[in-house]
Formats: sequence, structure tokens, C-alpha cells
Amino acid sequence: MDSAAIAVTGLRKAYGDKAVLDGIDFEVAPGTVFSMLGPNGAGKTTTVNVLTTLLAPDAGTVRIAGHDVRTQIRQVRATIGVTGQFAAVDELLTGRENLRLMADLKRVKAADAVISELLERFELTDAAGKLISTYSGGMRRKLDLAMTLVGKPSIIFLDEPTTGLDPRSRRTMWQIVRELVAEGTTVFLTTQYLDEADQLADRLVVLDHGRLVAQGTPEELKRQIPGTHVRLRFADDRRLASALTILPGAVRDEQDLTARVPGDGGSRSLRDLLDRLAEHALDAEEFSVHTPDLDDVFLALTGHATTEANAE
Amino acid sequence: MSTSPVSSSGVAAPPSSAFGDAVIMLRRNVKHSVRNPVTVFNAILFPIIMMLMFVYVFGGAIRTGGDYLGYAVPGLVVMAVTYGLGPTATEVNDDLTKGVINRFKTMDVSRGAVLTGHVVSTTVRSLIAAVAIVGVGLAMGFRSSAGPLQWLAALGVVLLLAFAAGWLTVAMGLAAKTPAGAGLGTVPLIMLPFLSSAIVPADTMKTGVKQFAEYQPFTPVIETLRDLLTGHHPSAGHLLAALAWCIGFGLLGYVWAVATFSKRA
Repeated sequence: MDSAAIAVTGLRKAYGDKAVLDGIDFEVAPGTVFSMLGPNGAGKTTTVNVLTTLLAPDAGTVRIAGHDVRTQIRQVRATIGVTGQFAAVDELLTGRENLRLMADLKRVKAADAVISELLERFELTDAAGKLISTYSGGMRRKLDLAMTLVGKPSIIFLDEPTTGLDPRSRRTMWQIVRELVAEGTTVFLTTQYLDEADQLADRLVVLDHGRLVAQGTPEELKRQIPGTHVRLRFADDRRLASALTILPGAVRDEQDLTARVPGDGGSRSLRDLLDRLAEHALDAEEFSVHTPDLDDVFLALTGHATTEANAE
Repeated sequence: MSTSPVSSSGVAAPPSSAFGDAVIMLRRNVKHSVRNPVTVFNAILFPIIMMLMFVYVFGGAIRTGGDYLGYAVPGLVVMAVTYGLGPTATEVNDDLTKGVINRFKTMDVSRGAVLTGHVVSTTVRSLIAAVAIVGVGLAMGFRSSAGPLQWLAALGVVLLLAFAAGWLTVAMGLAAKTPAGAGLGTVPLIMLPFLSSAIVPADTMKTGVKQFAEYQPFTPVIETLRDLLTGHHPSAGHLLAALAWCIGFGLLGYVWAVATFSKRA
């Protein structure tokens, strides 16, 4: 148990009689990226707040590097770094002064060297002497993360670190996360972007209405849903009906006038499929090859979870 | 303080002390004050402008039974203290709503340090404003017959008032929903001295307002300062009332601030 960087069992948190987290269990291995995926309001930020000692859990245990978040708050805080959903930077200080504030509070030795190194790493050296009020959103996020890294915390929490960032800043963030993990840091990341979890996470959980509806590696989760298939949309019902009879394994999609045909996505099976259509003089209006991504996982899992919740 | 744990990077963190943390926070707040023109204007320049207006424009029409400048300086000192409170409430609320306080709370930083920093910087700012008022007053011809002990006592009263008002303001800043709302919340605190004996003797006011002015918290504070600065012994009644109000407001502010801090941040 204690070898896990983060160990959560039976975590519950309610506001009034509304359960925000309804019994959550997971473990994060040291030096890995763990991603919590979920839509707005699923309970991601509440989870981060409990794990980072901002909120006390109602029930369950949470251990960070072996320290209990209820009883060993100081040890937990000395271990972690947190970057919240909105850049928590001091507007009336410069970039360098913000980092200096963190270094002072953490009593970091040789602070000047640490600060210069962080500024360089986050490409903020040129703006280091400017007040934060002149920074762009992306620069604020980068500075926020740089502040979190002062003092080299071994476990880092990132709550939706790329929400609202442009694609280039987003890639920079991803690169930094990869570097951190390569250095041995454990990263707990919440996101509503499926490609982000897919790109970064070693393991991920899907959170919906305060419950984990799935957990595993991105690959494992992708395996839980239908494989690669081809979608064909036809002009009318008659054509769709004949397509369903001539194409092996074809099923009518929930979308109207669309047939879903399983296949491996290779050129050979595609040619066979098109040949069969040609033999019967059938033309599809629209044709697409669909490979599963986390979007499918997510929709399949949360869709299911939602109907279950309604049925109860 | 207990010793702080060794940080994960292997760098032994020296014992972090509540005092050290508060000093770091104070440094941050002082930078804020100096860099924010609104704060400097509100806290220091505006009271001086008010003083010039009251003494040179309205003062001739106000009967105080003596030299108006001598009457007005103690009241303006108290107004200088309250005028600097608005920016503090706004800043505290900014820290709360922009996540800065949450950032500090997830660090191994003494819990109240950020609040102490705000209170102490507010107190220091108020003191500078009060000294500026007295300084400008002296330049305008204000002459005090107070001895060193009375000056010291006056300083003590101003400090106590600023410290108490500081805690109350920090509490308001924490309790408000938005920074603008926080600034607005301190308006009653800023307006109250106008309805006291600060610039006009209470007994020249209309019935109702007069009673309010006589019994509201700022009047005993101002009367105590007025007695001290004119070289008199403050009346025991005023002095006790002044101390009771200040200590009461200070305690209320402190308890309110700490409770809101635990709940909201």
C-alpha cells in the first residue's frame, strides 16, 4: 500500500445531501502519469481538493506518499505541488518575484539558480521582469506550473492544466509533463480532453457523477468498446436495407440511414467492401473509417452509467 | 513551531516558522501597496486632500470653539486609517477568488501567514497615512501641546485602531463574493467617521444624528486622540470606550476572519 504514490480507498465527499464523490478507489504508482477523465461537474476538482488537503473527506482514506491527508497534513503538503484550474499567480508581482515568493516560502537554498532555471525551461526569461498583468493566459499557466515545481515536489497535481490553452501552449505543457515523469515525478492530472489522457496517461480512470465508471490503461479502455468499423450513410431506407443484407456483419447504426460494418481498417477489406457495393450497384452518400478513441470509451461508459443512475 | 519535514528532493527545509512565513507575506503585501496607484491614492493622498478641503474650504464655516485645524487633525488621523481599508478588502478577496490562498494552503506554510501579512501591511499603511496627516498638519500650522508620553499614547491608539480595523477588513474581504463587493463592504467603516465628532462637533448636529455620533465607535477614539494631542488627559470614559470598541472589533474581525478562512478557502 505504502509504496503507492497516491492510494485512495472508499473516498466519499458530499455537499449537504448531494454526494459529489461516492466511494472512489484507486492507486497511483510512483513516477507515472495518472489521469482522471470526466465531464464538468463529475467531481474531478473535488477529488483534487481532497487529495491536496484543501477539503477533508467525509469517509475513506487517502494516502499521499504514505501520509494520511487527515492526520499528516504537513507531511503531505511538503510532498506535493498543486496547479489549480485557474492560474493562481500574483498579479502585482513579476514572474521572477512570483517564483521568488514560492522559493522563500519553501526555504529553497540557492533560490536564484532554481528560479533562473525554471524561467528558462518555461520560456519565460524575457518576461521575467514584467508584471503578471501583462502576461497572456498561456504564460500565466506556464508560470503557475513553474511555481508549483519550485522545491521539486515529488507528486504533482494538475487540475485541467490545458483548458483554454492554444494548441502550441498545450503541446508545451504535455512536453513538460513528460519531462517531469522522466525525472521520476508522479503526476495526477485531471482533464476533459480525451486525447490528452490518451497522450500522457499511463493509467486513467473515468469519473462520472462521483463514481469511477472505468479504470485501466488507455489501451485497455479502448479494448472495451467495439473495434474498427466502416460507416456508410445511404440516401434512403431502401438502399440501406439492401446494404444490410449484402454486407456481412453490418448493423444499422443508431444514426438514421447509416450502416456500420466491422473490419480491420486495412485496404484489402475496404476494397472487398467497395467491390460488393459496386456489384449490387449501391452507392453510399458518405463513407468513413472509424477507429476507436477515448471519445468512444467515454461516451460508451458514461452513457451507460447515466442510464443506470436513472434506472435506480 | 515543530520542525518541518525533509522535502522530497532531499533538500532539508529549515524549520519553517509562522513568523518567517508572515514576514515573507508582509513583503509581498508591501510590494502590492507600493505598486498599486489606487492603494497609494486612497490610503495616503486622499486623506491629505480631504484635510486641505476641510481646513481651507469648509473649516471657516465650522464652529468648534477654537482653532479648526487643531480640532480637525485627530479626526482626520482616524479617517486616514479607515480610508486605507478598501484596497485591503479587495486584495484579500482577490487572493481568495483567484486561488492564491488555496495555493498557499496546499503548501507547508503557516496557515494564518497570508492573513497576518494583510493585517500588518494595512496597519503599517494606516500608520504612514496618519503620520502624513500630522506632518501636513504641522506644515499648515497645527501646534500640539502634547508631551512625549501623550504622543506615544496617541500612536498606541492609532495602532490599536488600525490593527482592529485591519482584522475586520480582512474578514470582510474573505466573506465577500467578489473583489468589488469586498471593497464596497468597507464603505460603512469609511463613512462612520463622517457621522462622528471627527470634523464637526457632535453637539452641533441635528437630534438623532447627534445621538448616533455620540455613541458610535469612532467618537470615543477620536475624542481620546483629541485630548492626547492637545496635551490633556483623555477622559476615562472615552478612553475605556475607545479601548473596548477597538478590542471588540479586533476580536470580532479575527474570529470572523479565521472562521471564514477555514470554511471558504
